[in-house]
Amino acid sequence: MSLDPVLAVEDLWVELGPLDLLRGVSLSVAAGQVAGLVGESGAGKSMIGRSILGLLPTGARVSQGSIRFRGRELVGLPIRAHRDLLGRGMTLIPQDPMTSLNPVHRIGRHMLDVLRLRMGLDRTTARTRALALLDEVHIRDPEAVLMRYPHELSGGMRQRVLIAMAFACEPALIVADEPTTALDVTVQRQILRLIKELQVHHGTAILFVTHDLGVVAKICDTVTVLHSGRVLEQGPVADALGAPQHAYTQALLAATPRYDRPADTLHPVPAPLTEALRVEATALRRGG
Amino acid sequence: MAELGIDRLPGRQGVWVALCGNARVWGGGGVVGLFALIALFAPVLAPQDPLWQDLMLYQMPPAWLPGSEPGYWLGTDSLGRDLLSRLIHGTQVALIVAVVAAGAAGALGVLLGLMAGYFGGWVDALISRLIDVWVAFPPVLLSIVLVAVLGAGLHSVIIAIAVIDWTRFARVVRAEVLVQKEQDYVASAVTIGLGRWRILFGEVLPNVAPLVLVLFTMEMAIAVIVETILSFVGLSVASDRPTWGGMIAEGRQVIYEAPWMMLMPIGCLIALVLALNALGDGLKTALDPVLRR
Ligand SMILES: Nc1ncnc2c1ncn2[C@@H]1O[C@H](COP(=O)(O)OP(=O)(O)OP(=O)(O)O)[C@@H](O)[C@H]1O
Ligand SMILES: [Mg+2]
Repeated sequence: MSLDPVLAVEDLWVELGPLDLLRGVSLSVAAGQVAGLVGESGAGKSMIGRSILGLLPTGARVSQGSIRFRGRELVGLPIRAHRDLLGRGMTLIPQDPMTSLNPVHRIGRHMLDVLRLRMGLDRTTARTRALALLDEVHIRDPEAVLMRYPHELSGGMRQRVLIAMAFACEPALIVADEPTTALDVTVQRQILRLIKELQVHHGTAILFVTHDLGVVAKICDTVTVLHSGRVLEQGPVADALGAPQHAYTQALLAATPRYDRPADTLHPVPAPLTEALRVEATALRRGG
Repeated sequence: MAELGIDRLPGRQGVWVALCGNARVWGGGGVVGLFALIALFAPVLAPQDPLWQDLMLYQMPPAWLPGSEPGYWLGTDSLGRDLLSRLIHGTQVALIVAVVAAGAAGALGVLLGLMAGYFGGWVDALISRLIDVWVAFPPVLLSIVLVAVLGAGLHSVIIAIAVIDWTRFARVVRAEVLVQKEQDYVASAVTIGLGRWRILFGEVLPNVAPLVLVLFTMEMAIAVIVETILSFVGLSVASDRPTWGGMIAEGRQVIYEAPWMMLMPIGCLIALVLALNALGDGLKTALDPVLRR
């Protein structure tokens, strides 16, 4: 990869009070590529996404490390400047389409807001663009959907709306935080296909957060395996999943269903292994 | 492709269904509505001038007791003034105070609660300390002192209630905003590019509104009671304007000869306060599942 990466995270530490949530994470996303980020619940996947977007929860802060977006350092950037990057520079496809749209506003309001505030479009142009975007995410009858309240749409529909909103400003980078976890299986597959389709079409770089290695194999170019806030394995998908170096990745693979591996032959990740990794991680110290 | 269809989930109508299906909302709301109509049309509804004295007809019993005087449905007081007309005009005072005072307390409390919850940091520290100090004062004492300083009158009563009770709104709203601001839709709003005040008032406030409505209803009940207490001790409106508290004070002097004189304003007070509390309670249960959806 000769191109400069769109996003380069280096030795990132994030703390919340006395707790280290991320312990020296490094990863990069190249232009036009999908970088997978896997790990069990609580590994810190969302924290990485939130650090990049400048949306860390109250109390959490970056204590060390660097996040470079298109060559620009984001750590230490004033919050205003960071927020100005959202929308056209980088944006988010959230995990839960149920809670990510404000229940009191119609879909149209959400879409027009992003197009007017981030793209500077006037009302009528924004409306036309919103309809085109909804069409692009294969929503039938976009006119009617604009008039709906979020709870009047199914989860899959809402996720399509959020995907349309993410691609609305043609961002260079999208953080997709488990965008299919809250959906049921058949819908998951359609949403995955949709994201991949739009990603290829727009040439967007995506940091794709998931806990499903099957999904990684399907749509990612590279993968980072995270546990207790640190990276255990990293590389192109073919290498990392074809010949995993770390015992944890091997265990994860053995726990992932596949067409040639019936469910009853799957082994859950052994508890002693995760426990040992957790202890190892807590022993890590910042600095250097 | 079921997910491409639009689910027929109850929308805004769902809220109305929930509200209408709730007996307390119906009952409480009905009684409160009745009082509101009486207050609104007091001059038309009152059969007599509430201030007109007929000293020949003092302490007349209500129509259903022996010795009553036709035309005076609820009898007269010690100065021969029509009790029904005085109750009706007293209702007007009670409801004006309830709505304006609860509105003022709500406006102040919601604004400060929103800011404390959303901005956090020193803004929150400052407002929270202020609330702590405020609730440490005994409210009845504080209200009497305030009204004494401001001078008796309707406006003083209203200011006193607002100044004392804004903390009820501020505390609850602050706590709810702390929950709301971690919600994903707030992160989405930031990503969309909405500013802090726009998010606070356009995104968070509408989600807190049902809660504020409940608090407002409850606060109206408190305001009615406080107004009655203050007019009972003669610190509310000028003494020539009929109030429930004033009527209770007058009735107390003749409680053995004419007990109805005191019982009727007390009955009105209890009915209105119970109705407001029932309405608030009903709204709370009816709106809650909507809030959490
Ligand atoms: N708002 C918060 N306050 C305190 N701790 C938090 C908060 N959010 C997350 N954490 C903690 O930070 C750690 C990492 O959380 P994170 O949400 O990044 O995990 P994740 O890998 O995204 O998990 P999941 O798959 O469940 O989304 C967890 O141990 C979690 O308990
Ligand atoms: Mg997460």
